[in-house]
Parts: sequence; C-alpha cells; structure tokens
Amino acid sequence: MAGAGGGGCPAGGNDLQWCFSQVKGAVDEDVAEADVISTVEFSHSGDLLATGDKGGRVVIFQREQENKSRPHSRGEYNVYSTFQSHEPEFDYLKSLEIEEKINKIRWLPQQGAARFLLSTNDKTIKLWKISERDKRAEGYNLKDEDGRLRDPLRITALRVPILKPMDLMVEASPRRVFANAHTYHINSISVNSDHETYLSADDLRINLWHLEITDRSFNIVDIKPANMEELTEVITAAEFHPHQCNVLVYSSSKGTIRLCDMRSSALCDRHSKFFEEPEDPSSRSFFSEIISSVSDVKFSHSGRYMMTRDYLSVKVWDLNMESRPVETHQVHEYLRSKLCSLYENDCIFDKFECCWNGSDSAIMTGSYNNFFRMFDRTTWRDVTLEASRENSKPRASLKPRRVCAGGKRKKDEVSVDSLDFSKKILHTAWHPVENIIAVAATNNLYIFQDKAN
Amino acid sequence: MEVKPRKDADRVVTRKTPPYSPQTSKDTQEKEGMLPERAEEAKLKAKYPSLGQKPGGSDFLMKRLQKGQKYFDSGDYNMAKAKMKNKQLPSAGPDKNLVTGDHIPTPQDLPQRKSSLVTSKLAGGQVE
Repeated sequence: MAGAGGGGCPAGGNDLQWCFSQVKGAVDEDVAEADVISTVEFSHSGDLLATGDKGGRVVIFQREQENKSRPHSRGEYNVYSTFQSHEPEFDYLKSLEIEEKINKIRWLPQQGAARFLLSTNDKTIKLWKISERDKRAEGYNLKDEDGRLRDPLRITALRVPILKPMDLMVEASPRRVFANAHTYHINSISVNSDHETYLSADDLRINLWHLEITDRSFNIVDIKPANMEELTEVITAAEFHPHQCNVLVYSSSKGTIRLCDMRSSALCDRHSKFFEEPEDPSSRSFFSEIISSVSDVKFSHSGRYMMTRDYLSVKVWDLNMESRPVETHQVHEYLRSKLCSLYENDCIFDKFECCWNGSDSAIMTGSYNNFFRMFDRTTWRDVTLEASRENSKPRASLKPRRVCAGGKRKKDEVSVDSLDFSKKILHTAWHPVENIIAVAATNNLYIFQDKAN
Repeated sequence: MEVKPRKDADRVVTRKTPPYSPQTSKDTQEKEGMLPERAEEAKLKAKYPSLGQKPGGSDFLMKRLQKGQKYFDSGDYNMAKAKMKNKQLPSAGPDKNLVTGDHIPTPQDLPQRKSSLVTSKLAGGQVE
C-alpha cells in the first residue's frame, strides 16, 4: 500500500465516501469549442494538476498548503500558471489544418525548483519549463529602476545589486520543440523511467526522443504496410513501463496489445509479448472490432499489471499472461443494445481514458451523462458517480447513480434512453498518492476528494 | 446492466482473482450480449444496406488517418476548374467539411476561423 495521506484504511475506490471539492470553468450552456478539456494529468507528487484544451491552452493548478486560518480549504487546487502551448497551424502541402488541441500532457519527474511538462498536439511535442520567480534585483549600476539606461559619465560609484522579494510570478517557457517527426496524428507521449528519453506514438509509428535533442528522433515501431490498401489496424495508445526503461506497450484498434523490448532489437516491429483475449467467432458482429478497439492503455504503478479501456469495458492484464486479462470490468454494458444509434452519432468512436489509484487497488474510467465509474479491485465493488453542478456544494457527498437498462425504472434510476451522450467524461486523473480525483466534464474540471481527507 | 456487489461467502479466495474466472465471464457475456448486438447490427444494415462487409477495415482507418479540416487549395481549385472547362463546379453539400468526389473547397465554403488566443476560462473567474 502506498503511503496514503488519507489515513490507514485500505484505500479502495468504494470503501470511501467521495465528496465534491471544487469545480473549475464556466457555467454557460453554450460551450465554446476551444474550452473543451482534452487532457488532465497530476504531477508525480500530486501538488500540480495540468489540463489541456482544444484551444491549445494549458492551465496548471497547484494544491494549496494547509492553512490554519482556513482549515476547510486544505488541499484546494488553485490556478498556478496558464499559457498557450500550441497554436493552430497549416500544412501547406496537403492544405490541411493542424489542430492546436492538446492531445496529451505528461509531467517530467521533478529534478530542481523548476517543473517540466511535455504537451503535444497532433504533430508537435513541446517541453515547457514552469518556474517561479519571487525575487528581483534592485540597484543596477547601468540602468535605473524603470530600465532606462543611465549616462555612464554620471556614474561615480559602484554598488552591488540587492535581491528584493517580489510578488510570486510563475513563468512558462518553451524549452524544446520536437517537430516534424510524425506524418500521422500523435495520440500518446510517455516519459521513460530513465528520465532522459520519451516516446511519441501516432497511428502507425512510434518514435523515441531524447529530451535534449530536437532535431533527431529514432523510429522504433512502424506498422505502416507497404500498400495502404492492406491497412488493417492502427496504433491507439502507447506507454513506457514505469520501471523497466527498455519496455513499452502499444495498443491497437483491433483490441490487441503488444509489449516491446528495446534490448532485443532497435526496431521493435516484432513484439516480445502479444496480449489478446480470444473471441468466440460465432458472436462476432459488425460492431465487434469497433468496440474492441483499445482507447487507452496504462501500466499499474507496480509495473506488474496494465489496464486497457475498450468501448464497453476496462480490462486488467497481468504482464506474465498474454492469453487473457485477469479482470474485466463492465463500464456500461447497457449500451450494447444501443450500438446502432451510437454508430450513427459517432459516439461508438469516443476514446475513453482510464486510470489507477496510487496503490493500484482501484481503477476509474468515464462514461456518458457525466457519469464516471470506479472499480475496487480488492472488494470487487463498483460505483457510478456523476459530475454535475447540481451536486456541487462544498464537501457534499456524491450519491451513487444507477442506470436502468430496461423494464421498470426504479426511483432515482436513470433510464438508458434519457442518457445525454453529449456529456461524455473521456479524461480523468487520480492523485498519485491520495484519494483525490480530477474529472473533466466537457469544459468543466471537477475535483472530488475522500471525506476522510 | 449493473455488477451487483458480491458477498464474501461467494468469493473464491485465490490471490486477487474475481469470484468467477474471466473466461467464463466472457462466455456468459457473449451469450447474453449476442442477441442485442446482432439485433443492433440488423438495424444498421436495414438503414444502410450498402454498408460494406468489412466494417473494421480500410474505410474506417483511412478516414481516421485523414482527419482534419481540408482547406481551400488554389492548386487543386485551378486543376479542377481546368478539368471542368465550362461547367460549374459542384457546390458544397450540407457537410462542407467533407471533401468528396470532384468537390474542391472554394473560398465561399470555408467556415470563418475564430481566434482562440484568449485565456482559458479554467484560469479565470470561477474558483470555487
């Protein structure tokens, strides 16, 4: 059990009482496209929480220190820094727009006072440095306080500039731009445990970068067929192993996961392990392959397991067993009888993410109607909660929600037909140590905490 | 369909596996799930009879690889004009973003791009 800040109880997903903590973002009904949150990520210590949106902007929140004068605001996240990470671009050769939407943010482990993160859109990855400045030098010799140059002939004495405190200023500056390495759209970035390299994955290729070098990148996986007519699957997500710097996994649109070992060869087109759940061929339908497409893959913190998210379920795999997952959790099985309309409105292609809690004892993923699901792996209990403004009183407990698949709808249940499919929770994040979760509901960011916290 | 909480007595305590083996779960799920999924497939085929036999194949993937707004390209535009000679260029259908057949985006078709260089609403105002 990781050293959880919230007391000694086994921190599963459902022995806890989740409470509303904060919500960020505008209340308007009319959501501007640019305000849609496209990625959420806690830093390694959990004190910073970064969001990226479709408008190419990054907003970073910082957790407030415990404050004796305001005991109830302990641990609130407030805006720390915001900047425009990516801007809309144009591919002149193909006359195609390059969206500024931030697809992923990944924090680098902290090594000094400054914080670093990687943010990426479809084509370009950027390394951002976020640093604090709380001192300013005063008493320069060659210029006065407002910056005007002093007449050198008038200077009769030398003085040593003194550092004076100033209001905290948080600056974000782009330190590296990793461009022009991807023909297709980048879906994942992952920082290696060696803290020197990272991978970026697009639909057909995975590249390995060194954080210091922007003009070169090594291609380590290439699944592009010689003849594009023969294309049968694309890469949907990729991640480095949390401890073994030579191991990475990538998932495909056909529901398979390949584990590659960079020690075995420079080009990892041949996998070391191949994870696929056998399918009963008689149950195959038009939708089978589409709903089996893996939208996210995440290693457990322990490095022993990995979790995959497909359209209707989350699966936990033991890296030692390729033949089938060790756990399958149904997210919204009631949608199986709605696949036709979900195909027509394109919802069947929605890419949900998933995440582990700090101790790997619970997993979380989003659904529709602003519902999200948590599964406790030790008690095997699950719960459905809702991110909604109606339940946003400080420290208000979240009530479990229930969806009625058919037949008689009980009181407090929501019928499948009244689910709002435009309210999708695709991005969620769990604090690396404590029971604090961040849930992105379109343009709003909800933060929930365990009551005991 | 909801996963009901299991009583401790039901659990077979062998490491951290669920009370039933995943294999069985999948079979049961397949049997229960088969009917709704097939029914949905029939519905879809009824609406779109021309839908291809290889659903997960090239068409989806090619569409996915080419995502992104296609803009006006003067080269394409002039080539198309030359080909058409005196005929009118086909005008945009209801979906202006989709470039199909001979339709080349013309200046009139383009949606106006809004500048997105304003501060995010997450960073201003409503800190609760």
